[in-house]
Amino acid sequence: MASNKNININLKIWRQKDAKSKGKIETYKLDNVSTDSSFLEMLDQLNEQLINSRQEPVAFDHDCREGICGMCSLYINGRAHGPDTKITTCQLHMRMFKDNDTIYVEPWRSKAFPVIKDLVVDRSAFERIQQAGGFVSVNTSGRTIDANATPVPKHDADRAFEAAACIGCGACVASCKNGSAMLFVGAKVSQYALLPQGKVEAADRVLNMVRQMDEEGFGNCTNTGACEVECPKGISLENIARMNREYLFASVK
Amino acid sequence: MLDSKIPKGNISDKWTDYKDHLKLVAPNNRPKIDVIVVGTGLAGASAAASLAEMGYNVKAFCFQDSPRRAHSIAAQGGINAAKNYQNDGDSIYRLFYDTIKGGDYRAREANVHRLAEVSNNIIDQCVAQGVPFARDYGGMLDNRSFGGTQVQRTFYAAGQTGQQLLLGAYSALSRQIGQGRVEMFNRHEMLDIVKVDGKARGIIARNLITGEIERHSAHAVIIASGGYGNVYFLSTNAMGSNVTAAWKIHKKGAYFANPCFVQIHPTCIPVHGVNQSKLTLMSESLRNSGRIWVPKKKEDAEAIRAGKLKPVQIAEDDRDYFLERRYPAFGNLVPRDVASRAAKERCDAGFGIEANATNEGVYLDFSSEIISKGKQTAYASGNHHPTDEEVIKLGKAWIEEKYGNLFQMYQKITDENPYETPMKIYPAVHYTMGGVWVDYNLQSTIPGCFVAGEANFSDHGANRLGASALMQGLADGYFVLPYTVSDYLANDIRTGKIPTDSPEFDEAEKSVRAQIDMFLNNNGTRSVDHFHKELGLIMWNKVGMGRNEQGLKEAVAEIDALRAEFYKEVYVPGSANEMNPELEKALRVADFMELGQLMAMDALQRKESAGGHFREEYQDSEGETLRDDVNFNFVGAWEYGGNDINAEKLHKEVLEYEYIKIAARNYK
Amino acid sequence: MAKSALLKSSLAKKYWMALTGLFLCLFLVGHLIGNLQLLSSSENAALHFNQYALFMTTNPAIKLLSYLTYISILFHAIDGIVLTVRNKKARPVNYVMNNPSKNTIWASRNMAVLGTVILIFIVTHMVTFWGKMHFDKAMPLQTMTISAGGMPQEFYLTTDGGYVPKGQVDQGAMVIKNRTEFFDAGANVKVKEGYKDLYKITVAFFKDAKFGLIYTILYAISMIVLGFHLYHGFGSAFQSLGANNPKYNGLIKNFGKGFAIIVPLLFAIIPIYIHFFIK
Repeated sequence: MASNKNININLKIWRQKDAKSKGKIETYKLDNVSTDSSFLEMLDQLNEQLINSRQEPVAFDHDCREGICGMCSLYINGRAHGPDTKITTCQLHMRMFKDNDTIYVEPWRSKAFPVIKDLVVDRSAFERIQQAGGFVSVNTSGRTIDANATPVPKHDADRAFEAAACIGCGACVASCKNGSAMLFVGAKVSQYALLPQGKVEAADRVLNMVRQMDEEGFGNCTNTGACEVECPKGISLENIARMNREYLFASVK
Repeated sequence: MLDSKIPKGNISDKWTDYKDHLKLVAPNNRPKIDVIVVGTGLAGASAAASLAEMGYNVKAFCFQDSPRRAHSIAAQGGINAAKNYQNDGDSIYRLFYDTIKGGDYRAREANVHRLAEVSNNIIDQCVAQGVPFARDYGGMLDNRSFGGTQVQRTFYAAGQTGQQLLLGAYSALSRQIGQGRVEMFNRHEMLDIVKVDGKARGIIARNLITGEIERHSAHAVIIASGGYGNVYFLSTNAMGSNVTAAWKIHKKGAYFANPCFVQIHPTCIPVHGVNQSKLTLMSESLRNSGRIWVPKKKEDAEAIRAGKLKPVQIAEDDRDYFLERRYPAFGNLVPRDVASRAAKERCDAGFGIEANATNEGVYLDFSSEIISKGKQTAYASGNHHPTDEEVIKLGKAWIEEKYGNLFQMYQKITDENPYETPMKIYPAVHYTMGGVWVDYNLQSTIPGCFVAGEANFSDHGANRLGASALMQGLADGYFVLPYTVSDYLANDIRTGKIPTDSPEFDEAEKSVRAQIDMFLNNNGTRSVDHFHKELGLIMWNKVGMGRNEQGLKEAVAEIDALRAEFYKEVYVPGSANEMNPELEKALRVADFMELGQLMAMDALQRKESAGGHFREEYQDSEGETLRDDVNFNFVGAWEYGGNDINAEKLHKEVLEYEYIKIAARNYK
Repeated sequence: MAKSALLKSSLAKKYWMALTGLFLCLFLVGHLIGNLQLLSSSENAALHFNQYALFMTTNPAIKLLSYLTYISILFHAIDGIVLTVRNKKARPVNYVMNNPSKNTIWASRNMAVLGTVILIFIVTHMVTFWGKMHFDKAMPLQTMTISAGGMPQEFYLTTDGGYVPKGQVDQGAMVIKNRTEFFDAGANVKVKEGYKDLYKITVAFFKDAKFGLIYTILYAISMIVLGFHLYHGFGSAFQSLGANNPKYNGLIKNFGKGFAIIVPLLFAIIPIYIHFFIK
């Protein structure tokens, strides 16, 4: 691969024992990090070093390590999923950093995403929003109409797919100065509103999902656009506008 | 001893007739019955949602922070169904036939036929749920081809089909959670199953946030916890994917079938360094458009590895499109095991192009497709004399629309632009066809314990065809388990709530606690990852793409020794009553160690080559697999024999082929 | 459900913010058109401006609009405060290291600060001009000096196009009541009505020997702040109301940017012109 080399870095990582404890930034020095490593592999390396010196390893969320599960989070050097765009933290590679760089690593910060431990946060607020309306009310009998019985214009299907590409990582909330979840909710509302199968209950869906979103303590959208820039899947602000529209019509209905 | 419970009758009516005669549970009785579902991937989420819709009380468990993150989400290419929308002669029989043949004649006919039958319902169901499949300009669903087939039956959503299907199942599950029909336990890991009177009656789970050990009872337990590819440490599986749930039930009496059948996927990004934690798959769908090659001349390969030549500098005549050469009928779309072995053969022969320790890598080249699709697009838009630049520009745009996210993913990882230079790929561990043995009802040898999705062994034989895993997961969860589980539960309407204060629960919890305490007090010198990597190396080198008797015997002995060292030397920091990722890993690796050994034993006993299981001793003169249908036409199901894995006992379920003529697999 | 949704929900707050904001943009345009008369070099500039001021303070339709404007300003400000407080609460712990300039423009992150400055500006602006116009007992009436027979004489201009000689008032033949009305002292009947001389007040304010320059600079700065507020706010309002279509987004954005630059710029030119160029 292109220009692999090793760098030494200084890490400033948020450490917090559990939800109730107070946390603080700790400093670690890590040498010989391959620039071909992913950011999480670098953290693996740090943890190996910590374990070998009988210190407690850093807890962080991660799973698929290919940018699709949405488990990894991390606010790196002041940005959700780090300095690159259109990627998750697990897709961030150390070649984005230079020798002797200092790297800040913090958990997502939001009232609705309390810290569980170190860099791990509780994103169950997203779950409850989904449960409030993020579905089509159809039973799983398999006895529905043929999949091709209702044509869906390609343009709509493509827009719905783009909205559905959301991985629910929470970078939108983390990078929004208001801790707003509207890109997440807007994407879900849009996916279904764009498809004939989802239109039937579109009005109830948007009212219920927004109500739940408000109850969870997320902030309000002020259209700064940070979420769109930091979204690893490039979910468009158009989806927030569509939600605004859907909600407006649903409210006056 | 092993009763597969395959119903009698003609294969195309079997499932329908069987369903019609299964016992039912009346709607008023269903709320009296609890069902536990472990794992929330396609199989688990769809099963949990379906059973809850029916009215059962469902408790679902996943170790991630949301059911939506299960590793089904990472499936890229697509899902098969015999819709024949493309009018290319597809049918249920053909899908059935292709799957059996693709599995190298080591799967059960009845199960596979059922899978093919319900495949069409899956697509209807998913579309009704709002899954945004790719469509053509007429608004109809689009299809593409996958390996091992000569029809276009694969439905897809860009390179994120698994994600879209899982989110569909997750939305159905979320709906049930929202209605209080499913109680969801996120960040929970099942650490044991509880049997009462021989039946599965509950589980012991650890809350991964607080460390609390919890007891959960139910009338039936469904395990849908995925495959065991992470036994190799490096695989395309998620970091958390593990075999613990499946292995724990194995230790309590569920047979484990065909553990040696592991799929090595041909198109993954090659290994790059010692700190690498996982391998990334590049979807098989890319083989629709990409051509696989290595240089014809060894000196060219050497020059490329040394960085003196670039792939684009190799003349067309000096490239060896080895899949097209060896398998002209299927070309680049041969099944995965075939493609992987062919790549290994070239690299072993010294033609590998990757500049790493093993030189293992081949090219996946899109330049021909860029030109052909560019021309096509130009024509379609009325430009009949496009310039070369226009063609390339349009071709790249076409590629981007089809595979954009995969190309981006590749570029982020490798720092190379696959639109300009061919991708470098190499096989990696991807999927495990083996798994818990189940009968036609998907019930394991523990009554009341059902196993679905990748966690069971049932449908893919010795090799899985692309786009069939998603199909199987959803088929099991949506369309099989709701019937067969109900049939089982019909006997439990008078049982009442299963108490969790029984001696059986006490015993199970005690042993879980003992294992946790053992790890935390072990105070060794090495991290869990150290042992996991060691295990992975043994597995990859000796129980990997090419296996032989000597290597397998060594593997058995080495894993045995490694396991002993693991228990002596592993160091697990932290405590039991907190979030402790190292402890989680230790518990998982303990099970991988045992399973790894069993995989080597299974590979050793299977003296033939079939699908993903390639015994170097059993190949023909052209290096193709040589099956032994006389002696090994069976499912090898292992019964746990106590702490010493060598004491596992093999049971054989002989496979009978009534509707498909068993033959040598030929993709030439 | 639906009704309370339109009042209480987070989205409703966005709608109100957007609607009031857009209405205030319209107000700005109206206000600017009037103010631009201050740049007129015609000898009747003062009269025209004062006539406009009179119209703006008395026409019933305009009155209605002005009440709407006051309500909009109040609502926009209060809603803004509520939102800001709520949004601050949504992130109780801040990042140690934050790098928002990588994903947002400065104006969009500082709407509350910009808005507060604008609110302060509006209040002082109203005290200096609007308040005087409405309530100041000492508000001068417009006069004009005409040389009649070599003798310069001062006259009050009146709304009927006529005039009242200042001498009549000084001598007590006419009495000014209700700030603008000329009464015949003897008959005690209203004869004519004068113009409040807002023009004079305005020019005097920005030409004030001591503070004129400071006022001008402060005014110009306020307009820069307004520009930034509009730079984000204009397009943002459309987004909040759900008007986002890739086809028209460019148009809305560019129009908004143009609006945010041109309107405050024209506003700012006026005091600068007065301070430096009116003799």
